[in-house]
Amino acid sequence: MKANCWFGKHDVRVCEVPDPQLLNPRDAIVRVSLTAICGSDLHLYDGHVPTMQEGDILGHEFMGEVVSVGSAVENLKAGDRVVVPFAISCGRCFYCQRGLWSLCDNSNPNAGLAASVNGFSCAGLFGYSHMMGGYAGGQAEMVRVPFADVGPVKVPDGLADDQALFLSDIFPTGYMAAENCGIHPGDVVAVWGCGPVGQFAIRSALLLGAERVIAVDRESARLAMAGRAGVDVIDFSVEHVTDRLTEMTGGRGPDACIDCVGLEAYGRSPDAVYDRAKTTLMLASDRPTALRQAVKACRKGGVVSIPGVYGGFVDKLPLGAAFAKGLTFKMGQTHVHRYLRPLMQLVQEGKIDPSFVITHRLPLEFAAEAYDLFKHKRDGCVKVVLTP
Amino acid sequence: MTSNEDAPDAAIADPFPEDAADDADAADGTDAGLLHPGPDVNVGHFERAASITLGAALLALGFSRRRAPARLVLGLVGGYLAWRGASGHCALYDALDTGSAEDEEDERLDAGGHDDVSMEAAATIARSPDEVYAFVRRLAEAPRYMAFVESVEEGEGGRSRWRARRPGGELFEWDAEILEDVPGRLLVWRSEPGSLVHHAGALRLQPAPGDRGTEVRLDLEFATPGAPLARAVARLLGSAEDYAVDEDLRRLKQILEAGETATTRGQPQGRLEAASRT
Repeated sequence: MKANCWFGKHDVRVCEVPDPQLLNPRDAIVRVSLTAICGSDLHLYDGHVPTMQEGDILGHEFMGEVVSVGSAVENLKAGDRVVVPFAISCGRCFYCQRGLWSLCDNSNPNAGLAASVNGFSCAGLFGYSHMMGGYAGGQAEMVRVPFADVGPVKVPDGLADDQALFLSDIFPTGYMAAENCGIHPGDVVAVWGCGPVGQFAIRSALLLGAERVIAVDRESARLAMAGRAGVDVIDFSVEHVTDRLTEMTGGRGPDACIDCVGLEAYGRSPDAVYDRAKTTLMLASDRPTALRQAVKACRKGGVVSIPGVYGGFVDKLPLGAAFAKGLTFKMGQTHVHRYLRPLMQLVQEGKIDPSFVITHRLPLEFAAEAYDLFKHKRDGCVKVVLTP
Repeated sequence: MTSNEDAPDAAIADPFPEDAADDADAADGTDAGLLHPGPDVNVGHFERAASITLGAALLALGFSRRRAPARLVLGLVGGYLAWRGASGHCALYDALDTGSAEDEEDERLDAGGHDDVSMEAAATIARSPDEVYAFVRRLAEAPRYMAFVESVEEGEGGRSRWRARRPGGELFEWDAEILEDVPGRLLVWRSEPGSLVHHAGALRLQPAPGDRGTEVRLDLEFATPGAPLARAVARLLGSAEDYAVDEDLRRLKQILEAGETATTRGQPQGRLEAASRT
């Protein structure tokens, strides 16, 4: 089969590889009908995530048709059309049983490696480095799905692939980010980053009853897409973000701030230049420009919600401001399994059509071009889907 | 908890009493290993040698002909240092709960004499102690979660035959016997005297708080009475770090909770020469 493989920084190539096999009783093999490049794939592409190996198959947003199932999978059969959560979860450990699916105890074959860095290992992820399990990803014609009896969810006939695909990651991720804000009537939510996750965080905050959402970015296509959801926008390349937010909220500051940017923030402020220098010299791994702004801007007693990926160490995080203002931080990989069915229901009811975020479609063979397009946001690119 | 009569810790037997007899200082046995509870050594090799040398020099000075009181004090200090170096025990380190001997365990693997490798790990498994015990007690299941173990045949009277091999390495076989067997609580075993591989292990089970299942503690020890066998066991185990007992426990937890062990072995991976586009 064909698969998009990682060979180094800014080097992905479509390779001919052996077809995946069932390796465990709870496995399924899925023939991929549609897959996407996630913003977090760009962290791999840019070489920010350790423990990648040459030839690793990328991709954690995918859906398709079940080809075969292991002996312990009774809820799926060949021919079922499914969408698959990006986190791999056993469904039976302490964490899965409490709905904390992305913290699964049992799905990472390289748990010792992850535990040596983070203290404890979390769930294995598709196509996201060996520390996160080393599982082959879904930017391929076929993919092996472990714990297929608890992960994949059947897609009803009425939903197109375009509408169902993003239930694998970015819609639940944006939704959990908004849910983590604990939105009350009258709340103003500010969202940093209007990439795909930001777009879903914006719409989820509205679905959850936010009075007003303010979106921060500098890409005109992305700000325009946010604007189409009926929210206010700040172009950080021309406006001072925290001053503007304070002014727009009548001097209060946003009740909740969502950082959908993560470790590769762009900025021209002195602190952003400092981050760039430190990460270039390998003295820090992450550039938390957006997170610093969120902490500064947030109202007293507010919530900072972080769906953007952080991978290592951040420097000059204003914990003093966070402490002084009594902020609450909520973060982590998305518990996709918890949200997939309820959000699919919202899509079926027509409350939201996730396909709005797609700006580009390419065949899988053009994965390298697609990564380049997405990374540099060429041609107004917000989200690329790939067809095997 | 500590005074609980049923606490499995209190019931651990010493599987190698003949080794214990070799150690004259084993009387207190507070930090006793499963294999041979040694003296309470908390001073490193280099520091012990330095302690003896300095101590002897001060002794000589202190008890030379001119017995000034200051010299006598120096002599007494020297005497203590020499004793400290010889015994390997430092009361000050003891009081401070520290020492210089801790990081030297790996070296012992390729030294002569009593070489042992001791490993322990703990995990909480979302199953009852009885369920964990029932699975572990079926020794033939051990290859599913214990690294390098190829097979275990259970015989009569708690005896079993173990075969282990590192990937690509030679086969090691030994017979083991169960020393303590308390269902739902404790399993202690060791290799039979005369085995090539001198091994002991203990699995302790304790209910976890709330509905969290069972706290499982696994101790494994490997010892060799002489250098050639030390090398043999080193070949089997690699080093203490290489043999990750916590990985054994992790696999046990995966089997008991998820019904299978997480793996990627056998999955496809790209090769550069197979890339269709460059």
